[in-house]
Order: sequence, then C-alpha cells, then structure tokens
Amino acid sequence: MELNVFILFMAAIFTSNILLTNFLGMCSYLSVSRQIESSLGLGFAVFFVMTCTTALNYFVYYFVLVPLDIVYLQYIIFIIVIAAFVQLTEMVIERLSPVLYYSLGIFLPLITVNCAILGVSLFMVIRNYSFIQSVAFGAGSGIGWLLAILALAGIRQKVNDTFVPAGLRGAGLSLIITGIMALGFIGFSGIAVIQ
Amino acid sequence: MTKKQIFINSLYHENAVWRQILGICSALAVTNQLMNSLVMGLGVVFTLAFSCFTISLLRNYIPARIRMMVQVLIIASYVIIVDLFLKAFLPDISKALGPYVGLIITNCIIMGRAEAFAMKNTPLNSAIDGIGAGLGYAFVLLIIAFFRELFGFGTFFGFQILGQWWTKWSIMVMAPSAFFMLALLMWFVYNVQLKNKKD
Repeated sequence: MELNVFILFMAAIFTSNILLTNFLGMCSYLSVSRQIESSLGLGFAVFFVMTCTTALNYFVYYFVLVPLDIVYLQYIIFIIVIAAFVQLTEMVIERLSPVLYYSLGIFLPLITVNCAILGVSLFMVIRNYSFIQSVAFGAGSGIGWLLAILALAGIRQKVNDTFVPAGLRGAGLSLIITGIMALGFIGFSGIAVIQ
Repeated sequence: MTKKQIFINSLYHENAVWRQILGICSALAVTNQLMNSLVMGLGVVFTLAFSCFTISLLRNYIPARIRMMVQVLIIASYVIIVDLFLKAFLPDISKALGPYVGLIITNCIIMGRAEAFAMKNTPLNSAIDGIGAGLGYAFVLLIIAFFRELFGFGTFFGFQILGQWWTKWSIMVMAPSAFFMLALLMWFVYNVQLKNKKD
C-alpha cells in the first residue's frame, strides 16, 4: 500500500482518529480527563511513547519475529517492548528531570495498559506500513489522542457546573460529549480515509 | 459469599462496563454487528475465566513487584489461543475483528478482575468470577450490537427483518452512535438499579 506519508499523518490525526473512530485508549481517556493540566500531561506521554514504541515494534516485528517465523508471538513481544520502554522512560526522566517526572511520571504506568499504544502497533502490522509510514501513523495517532483528551477535558470543565441527570454524571456525559466530537470529526473525512 | 452470589455480583451488580467503566474500547468498536460482538464476547469470557483461574493458582508465587507483568503475560498467552482459534475456524470474523482480538490483552476488565479478585481468592471462585464478568461484558456488547445492527443494516444476525421500507440509519454503523448507545445504556441501567434499591 502506497500512501503519502503526510496524508497518512494528517489522516491519523483527523479522519481516522485513534480514539474517535477506533475507540482505543478509552479507559484512561475517561478517567484522566477531569482537568486540562493532567490530560495535557498524559496526552504528551502517550504521544511520546506511541511514536517510539511503534518504531521499535516495527524493527522487532520485521527483523526478529518474521525471520524467526514466530509471528504468532507478536502480542506478547509487543506488550513486553511497550512495558520495557515505559519503565525505561520512567527511570530516565526521573534521573534527568525531576520536574518533568512529577508532572508526567504518574501517568507513565497507566500507559502500559493503554490499548491505543498496542493498537497502533497491531494496525501497523495489519496494514503493512513501511517504516516511515509507521512512524507517521504512530505520531499522528498520538497527536490525535492528545487532541481528543484535551478537547474533552476543556468541555468537561465547562459542563461541570451545569445540571446533568444523575444517571449521566461522569462517564455517561463524557461518552455523549465524545459522540458529538466524533460526529464533528466525520466532517474531516474529505481529506483521506485510511482503512 | 457463595459461588452463586459471586457470579451474580460480577455479572450484574458490579458489571464491568456500566458500573466500573472498564473495557469500553472493544465494547464500542466491534458492536456494529451482532455476530462480531458474540464472538468477541465469547473470546473475552474464555480469556477471563482461564486467566483468572491461572493467576489465582499462582497467586502465592507471583512476586508483588512484577505481578503486573506476570498477569499480562498469562493473559496474552490465552489471547493468542483465542486468536489462533479464530484464524483457523472463523477466518472471516477474525478479519473483521482485526486488531481488537489482540487488544483483549489490554482490556482493563481482565486486569481489573485479576487484580481485584483473583489475587485474593481460590482458583475455582476466581474462574466463576471471571465467567460472570465476561458474560456481563458480552451481554452489554450484544445489547448495543442489537440496536446498532437493527437500525444500521435492518438485520438481526445477518437476517433481514426490517423490509425495504426501512431507511437505514448510516449513523448507527459509524463511530459516534456507539458512544451514544453506551451512554444511553448506562443511563437506563442506573435508573433501573436505583429503582430496585428504593423498593
């Protein structure tokens, strides 16, 4: 599949947003979106980890798993790569920048179980992306996720003071807001749609 | 708690999706068709039951510091079994589900049950709890998928029920409707459970 890298990047942010059209990373999206600061922190952490692990998993998949013919182990290997990378990042950040560690560090363990990260790696394999395409797709998806959680956090802060039926408070309302956001993002689908 | 209470509790009262807001990702992604949801639900039941059982068997041997990693590896092995099974026997559905089968690994329901229940209880009880939670999840998938498939395609498990007069709601096939349906379901269940509490 030959796809212009830039188009793929933009499509990953807008038309095929990892959260709004593929529903990945919903758990932390719903639970951390109370404040803009914390969602910005988590969003950046996801963006960083997603871009790096997609590149790493590309090498692991095509240079280790395929030659050894153990592709069926991809789930285990991918999750180990992600967990190890997150652990490593946590240690590096702790040493180099304590300030960054305190603002970002608490989100890092959450990321290991964020399905968006694993999902991007799996999409990369299923859609046969080249290396450059994979990185563009990973980075675009990360930015798309950041955009979505930031938008939700902003809206939730405004909605906090309004009257909401008891049954919809919390997750229910967030889901409806997300649904309306997803409707809005369908408007972008003229750019390019990636399957 | 008796075994029956454990089962009912994790199936209904503490249902993973509407009470604990876990495992939403795949609950939304695969629900545009009933068949996909059914297969996905059964896959999750299988994975939950066996991983909870195994984790509970090993609970006294797993070192506390790396328990997350061990749990993920156990879960991943069962997910691989599900994935290979689907690829071999139901290749069409396996293709339709795409990466979501692999994403059962990061489905928070499984980690949640393993952490909250299987690490503290006997293997048999944990397996029952796992089956309950898995069936509760499958139940939610099927409800959402029923409405989305009915309004979106006019079909039920692929059989045409609504005739030519029915204008298909293409929004039901697309992403946003999944969010709306799940929110409505949560609202509905909240009110039912509230009413039961008052009685």
